[in-house]
Formats: sequence, structure tokens, C-alpha cells
Amino acid sequence: MSEVKFSKEHEWITLEGDVATIGITKHATEMLGDIVFAELPEKGSNVEKDGTAGVVESTKAASDVYTPVSGEVVDTNQAIVDDPSKINEDPEGSAWFFKLKMKDQSEMDSLMNKEEYDKFAKESAS
Amino acid sequence: MEIKKTSLNKLHQSNNAKFVEFAGYEMPIQYSKGIIEEHKFTRSHSGIFDVSHMGQLFIYGDESLTEELEKIFPLDLKNLKLNCSKYSFLMNEDAGIYDDLIITKIEQGYLIILNAACKDKDFEILSNLLGSKFKMNLDNHRSLIAIQGPKSVEILNSIINGVDQLNFMTGNWFDSDNQKLFVTRSGYTGEDGFEISISNDKAEKFVENLIEKGAQLIGLGARDTLRLEAGLCLYGHELNINKTPVEANLRWAISKSRLSNGGFIGSKKIMNQMQDGASQIRVGIKPEGRLIAREKTKIFDDTDTQIGEITSGTFGPSVNGPIAMGYVNKDFSKIDTKILLEVRGKKHPANVCALPFYKKNYVKGVN
Repeated sequence: MSEVKFSKEHEWITLEGDVATIGITKHATEMLGDIVFAELPEKGSNVEKDGTAGVVESTKAASDVYTPVSGEVVDTNQAIVDDPSKINEDPEGSAWFFKLKMKDQSEMDSLMNKEEYDKFAKESAS
Repeated sequence: MEIKKTSLNKLHQSNNAKFVEFAGYEMPIQYSKGIIEEHKFTRSHSGIFDVSHMGQLFIYGDESLTEELEKIFPLDLKNLKLNCSKYSFLMNEDAGIYDDLIITKIEQGYLIILNAACKDKDFEILSNLLGSKFKMNLDNHRSLIAIQGPKSVEILNSIINGVDQLNFMTGNWFDSDNQKLFVTRSGYTGEDGFEISISNDKAEKFVENLIEKGAQLIGLGARDTLRLEAGLCLYGHELNINKTPVEANLRWAISKSRLSNGGFIGSKKIMNQMQDGASQIRVGIKPEGRLIAREKTKIFDDTDTQIGEITSGTFGPSVNGPIAMGYVNKDFSKIDTKILLEVRGKKHPANVCALPFYKKNYVKGVN
């Protein structure tokens, strides 16, 4: 599995072969608070880099989930739809959102590594 | 304009509050445990709310004060006993609501608790209506602390002996720590609880004392989910200048004895609506599934006609599901009516339902 990469919209992404797994970062869940609703893209649909690919809602507000890369949705995580509190518990692990079959793996290049993202998250929070 | 802070601001900070601006004040939206835990703690133990941003208007005068206030409020104030409270509204001639409020008869006058965002305008309106005959003081030297939840009576009584004898919607002055506190048994969560009016310089120590006895600070986020589960209106959402108390389904708050003769501001409209019914009415709404319908969500019938709009919507932690309130055309206001909510471009099924979503019995008589 590839190194974890991060987007400015606070998604994380890993790549295995040509299938990317995407979720939202721990930092994002801390900003959102208790997550009580999740909506995921439909299996078989195509999503475009930086386009919306889902919604999460906390007790306070709704937020779009973006996809950091383009591709076809090959799997979604029904467990977080059934129990959205799992996203707060394990955002960067078992509470992944969807898997994409990537079209262009070079889209990964512009994303941040962990160190860059941590710095970005810290700066954008203050 | 500089953001205002309550006398508990430092205490909020040291309890890791996340702040938001609300009605010009820096207020805690939540603390480190988060809205859901704060909500549940209030339902099971005792939550402390800083509501010092709200207005505490003391009006003093002779008997003519009661007469003058009856020209304004739809209440039978002549028969309101000392230390008893009523929920009411400040309205315009069309019965549009400037503010909703709690008015309590105190010695030589009344104490009116006003919403933070409305209090200055309310003061201006009331000053114009009452003239200079009465002493009016929108007291910013006093903080207002609410303590809510089943353990609150025990905790507060251990600090202010005797509050356990208060009935729901009554208040009194108590002595504590060499000062006079005005305590009412009331609240905004659907739980038993109290609101304490206390001078600013004593507020922090008082709250620290409550925390020591086991209560916890709760932010405005959980205050909102608690009041929504309890089916209570929030000004600026369910209530505004274009809504009347009848439309808001709050006709219970209008004294029956005032309906035959009117004589209060907005009485004509209210009496007409009481007789003919209002064309739109506030209802409870339960979306099917987990979908949350927020404020401004459009409500449709099954023929694609818009029939209303959501005014508040969130996830109810004690209900463990999404809940909302909104206005619908009266033909759709019956319980169990099927409606559709448009969220992110799609229509989702929901049902009109009874309020409150969550019910616990208030303490009425103590003995």
C-alpha cells in the first residue's frame, strides 16, 4: 500500500494497485464535532477530482466530502452510514468512506504527505 | 464593534470551550466532550449553562404598572401572584413577535428575561410604550446561570438552601454568600432545573462551586439540541416578526381572560386567528431514516407543491434520530401527515409529529 496522502479539503487517500481508499482526517472530525449522518457516492458512479462525493453532518452543520482524485466508485463503507459515530472513533482507519478505481495516478502527486498536511492543518486551524 | 464577554468567559476558556459569536457575545458552543455527551449529561445528571447574554429587565412601579403592561402583553397580570412566572411575547400591532420572554412578578414590579439578540430593541420598544413613569433597568451587572437536569435540585439546594421548595415557573430571592440571588424554577431543556440571577463578581465562584458538586458546563450547541427535543421555540428560527403566537402553536401562552376583551398589542389579529385558525402552523417533523433537514429546508406535498419550510433541524441525541420543527400549511398540520423534505436537490419522506420529541415530567408541586 502506498504512503498516505492528504488534500486541502481534509481527506486522506491511500493507493493499492489502481484502487484508492478515501476518508476524512482526524483533524476534520475534530473540527466537525460529533458526526451523526454520512452520505456516500453511489457504487459505479464516476467522480471528478475536487468534486463532491458525499456529505457528513455533525450536530451543528452539514459539510461536503470531496474526492481528491478522479475515478469510478467501486466500494462504499456502509458501516459508517449505519453508525456515523464510527467516523469520530476511527476516521483514518476502519471509517474509510469510499474506494475508487483511479484513471490517472499522477493526480496523487499534487497531494500532501503527512508532515505537510499536519503543518497545513495546524495553520488553517489557527 | 468589540465582541462582548460574559463574566464566565475565563472559566469557559479554562474548560476548553470552543467559542462562537452569538448576539454580539463570545459564547461557548461546546467544551471538550462535545455536544452529544454534553446533551446526555444534562439529561442524566446536571448541566450548567451560561445565559448571561440574555437580558434581565427589572421594571418597578406602582399598581398602574400592571395596567400598562396588560396593554402590551397577552397576560392576566392582575391575577399573577408574587414570584410567579409566565411565558409571553412582545408583539407589534399585527401580532408579529419582536421577542419571546419570561415575565415574573416581583415585589414592586416585574422581572422580564429577554433574548440576547433582541434585548436592546425590546428595551427601546418598552421604554417608548411605558414612557418615563416607571423605573426600568436592563441590568448588565448581573449574570444569569441555568442549571438543568435531574441532579440539579440536589446540587443547587446544597448551595442555596430552600430552592427545592420552589414550584415550576415560580421564583424567589435567596441569600447566599452575602448577596441576594433571584432563583426561578424554569429552563429550556425539558428537564427540571433553575435559573439563577447573580451579580457578575460572584458568578464565577458560584459556578465553580456547582462544578465541584458534580454539575458540568454545557455549551450552546447542546442547549439547542436539548430545546429542540423539548419542542421549544428559538427566537430568530421558529419565531420572528412575521410569525404570530397562534401560527407558532403557542396559543396556550395567551391568557384566556384576555381573549374576550383584547386590549393588548396585536389582540385583534390574535382573536381573529384564534377564531378562524391560522393559514400556517408550527409542527414537529420527523424525517424517515437518518437524514437531517436543516433550517430553510423546503417542505413539499406529494404533488410537488411547496407547503412549508423547516425552521430548526438537527440530530436529537436522546431521541437518537433526526428531528425538526417548521411551518406547514394548516391542511398538512395533522399528526402523521406524510410530507417531503428537499435536501441537496432530492426529496425525502418525513412525518408531521407531536411535540415534544422528548418528554420528562417537570416538578410541579413539591409537597
